[in-house]
Amino acid sequence: MSLRQFGAPALGAASFAFAAASPAHAVTEIQWWHAMSGPNNDVVVKLANDFNASQSDYKIVPSFKGSYADTLNAGIAAFRAGNAPGIMQVFEVGTATMMAAKGAIKPVFELMKEQGEKFDPNSYLPAITGYYSTAKGDMLSFPFNSSSMVMWVNLDALQKAGIAAPPKTWPEVFDDAKKLHATSPTCGLSTSWITWALVEQFNAWHNLPIGTKANGLDGFDTVLEFNSPLEVKLLENLVELQKDKSFDYSGRTNTGEGRFTSGECPLYLSSSAFYPNVKANAKFNYTAVAMPYFPDVKDAPQNSIIGGASLWVMGGKSAEEYKGIAKFFTFLSDTDRQVYLHEQSGYLPITKAAYEKTKSSGFYEKNPILEVPLKELTNKPPTENSRGLRFGGMVQMRDVWSEEIEAALAGKKSAKEALDTAVSRGNQMLRQFERTAGK
Amino acid sequence: MILRRHQGGGLMENRAIFSGRLLPLLLVLPQLAISLVFFYWPALQALWQSFLVQDAFGISTEFVWFENYVSLLSTPAYYHAIGVTFLFSLLVVVFSLAIGLLLAVMANRDIPGLQVYRTFLIIPYAVAPAVASAVFIFMFQPGLGMIARSLQRAGIDWNPVLNGTHAMILVVTIAVWNQISYNFLFFLAGLQSIPKSVIEAAAIDGARPMRRFWTIVFPLLSPTTFFLIIVNTTYAFFNTLGIIDTATEGGPNSATQTLVYKVFLDGKAGTDLGGSAAQSVILMIIVIGLTAFQFRYVEKKVHY
Repeated sequence: MSLRQFGAPALGAASFAFAAASPAHAVTEIQWWHAMSGPNNDVVVKLANDFNASQSDYKIVPSFKGSYADTLNAGIAAFRAGNAPGIMQVFEVGTATMMAAKGAIKPVFELMKEQGEKFDPNSYLPAITGYYSTAKGDMLSFPFNSSSMVMWVNLDALQKAGIAAPPKTWPEVFDDAKKLHATSPTCGLSTSWITWALVEQFNAWHNLPIGTKANGLDGFDTVLEFNSPLEVKLLENLVELQKDKSFDYSGRTNTGEGRFTSGECPLYLSSSAFYPNVKANAKFNYTAVAMPYFPDVKDAPQNSIIGGASLWVMGGKSAEEYKGIAKFFTFLSDTDRQVYLHEQSGYLPITKAAYEKTKSSGFYEKNPILEVPLKELTNKPPTENSRGLRFGGMVQMRDVWSEEIEAALAGKKSAKEALDTAVSRGNQMLRQFERTAGK
Repeated sequence: MILRRHQGGGLMENRAIFSGRLLPLLLVLPQLAISLVFFYWPALQALWQSFLVQDAFGISTEFVWFENYVSLLSTPAYYHAIGVTFLFSLLVVVFSLAIGLLLAVMANRDIPGLQVYRTFLIIPYAVAPAVASAVFIFMFQPGLGMIARSLQRAGIDWNPVLNGTHAMILVVTIAVWNQISYNFLFFLAGLQSIPKSVIEAAAIDGARPMRRFWTIVFPLLSPTTFFLIIVNTTYAFFNTLGIIDTATEGGPNSATQTLVYKVFLDGKAGTDLGGSAAQSVILMIIVIGLTAFQFRYVEKKVHY
């Protein structure tokens, strides 16, 4: 109770005004816990306000709960205390944790069917919804903010180093990083989200499995296998470049993004959602291009996978609340609203119609960078290696993988050794998760 | 209820005598209640949790006896964390005590503007560990931070993001900086309670300042030092969680992953409550053992 009241005071005032406007009417309140700060928080609040103004039966009450991990933990704690919110925003790597909690959640496809809302799973972009669906294609959670990984390029720095065009393949990237070393001695190439870049995206993009059972989508008894020669080759190359800082490690999350906008690292793999930040802070000519690939791999490039978060509906709520949530999801799927969200926030549209509409309006000709992640995601129909991934304990798994990659980059282990250990430690965690999952 | 005060039969004892048992019991009750609710209850909960294997949402629960402990003690990462914790704590305790003492000795002299110095030296204690950490990150961030840049200009390849030793230096520096004020305050109070006459007598006997310090002042300070060793050890073991989380997140390659940070990480990011609870029980035992050891052996050297 106190958690709810702590929410946003401004919204409390808004709800008072609302109640005063229609005193005789019983309004069903729906709590929405989210992790969006800054301008994205404004988007969340605007969506809630617009929905609340569009009808008078339901009221969405958004509350900011901190980082993605904080929000997930707040939701888990609230559930344990019998006080879970109606809607909870969970980052993509929390998907396995959520779906394993049968009884704690209400799958979205089930909710929409029960409430009789118009809901066609085929109208959504499969590259996005696939991540949040069962192997059969049933949508479990509702995609909210999605992005993918792209390579940010400092065009001025490339020109200075005598490089004509942004590199397309990994061998070109390695060469260019070495050339850039002359003008950017502390960092030619770097990444955010090291495991997302080197393991998750890299494997999807090269149609390689991260783990068995379609990367865990087909079952919790999945086994990791991202220590094949290709991943080892990539890491070995980066370890070599790290020695003179042609490649320089920037940490596990996106705290190193400032190294791109400050001009220090001219080639930088990061989320497409980095765009607003680049636009505001980069004082040089820049662009974003598709992630590099190894041209000797038959299927590469395949398609990229998403990052970001989706909305989970919690279990054990009243029929009235579910009705309201279903209506809210229909409201979010509206084509014009998706177009607006996409163009404003830089996050990807989730419906095919919204993508088509943005495209035909000529928006991408003026903003080609925003289409790069969409082209990556839809490059080829997803295979079982590139639909997404679903590993229990993925939040901590990323830390474990990062630790091993760090050991390799610091020269404490060979690339092969590091990836072998990352796989075996990860498998231990998967077995631990499997014991309690889905019971 | 009658409260009587007597002078105990001729002795110079001043003691309050309460009638019955009810009142004293009532008086200690609030303290007992707080200990029960905020210490014993959660500690017992942790003990109980440590015997369970549970999913994040607490939907399925299995009682497994000591399995969490066994699997914990068979992971090399756990022993690594124990090593990291002892190294980290030793560095933090030694440096924060040494610097705190040095500053206190310097501030215990008659110099102009003394009050100002003292006040400024105490202020860092009011800074929350996580905030201190954030400030230090700005200064030590490779490529961006002021200090990091000067280090790099001086030819040191400063890189706490990838170099474990650098990361350890960074978190120790922050933890020490945050704790110096506290030690300073206690040492200063300790120094001021040492009678001037003793020191003056030694001076007349021809003892130089260094000798006066080591043979008179330092031994007389030993109760304060002993108290601070215990408090600082506990600080290094537990309260540095926020610093490590903000500065390094236990990395790189778990070089700064202390036991308490591992408890937090496995419980929060890993949602493995059973394993996390088992770790916190072991951690509690380690700290109780360490404190008992200090009282048993180190306290013998203390002059009250």
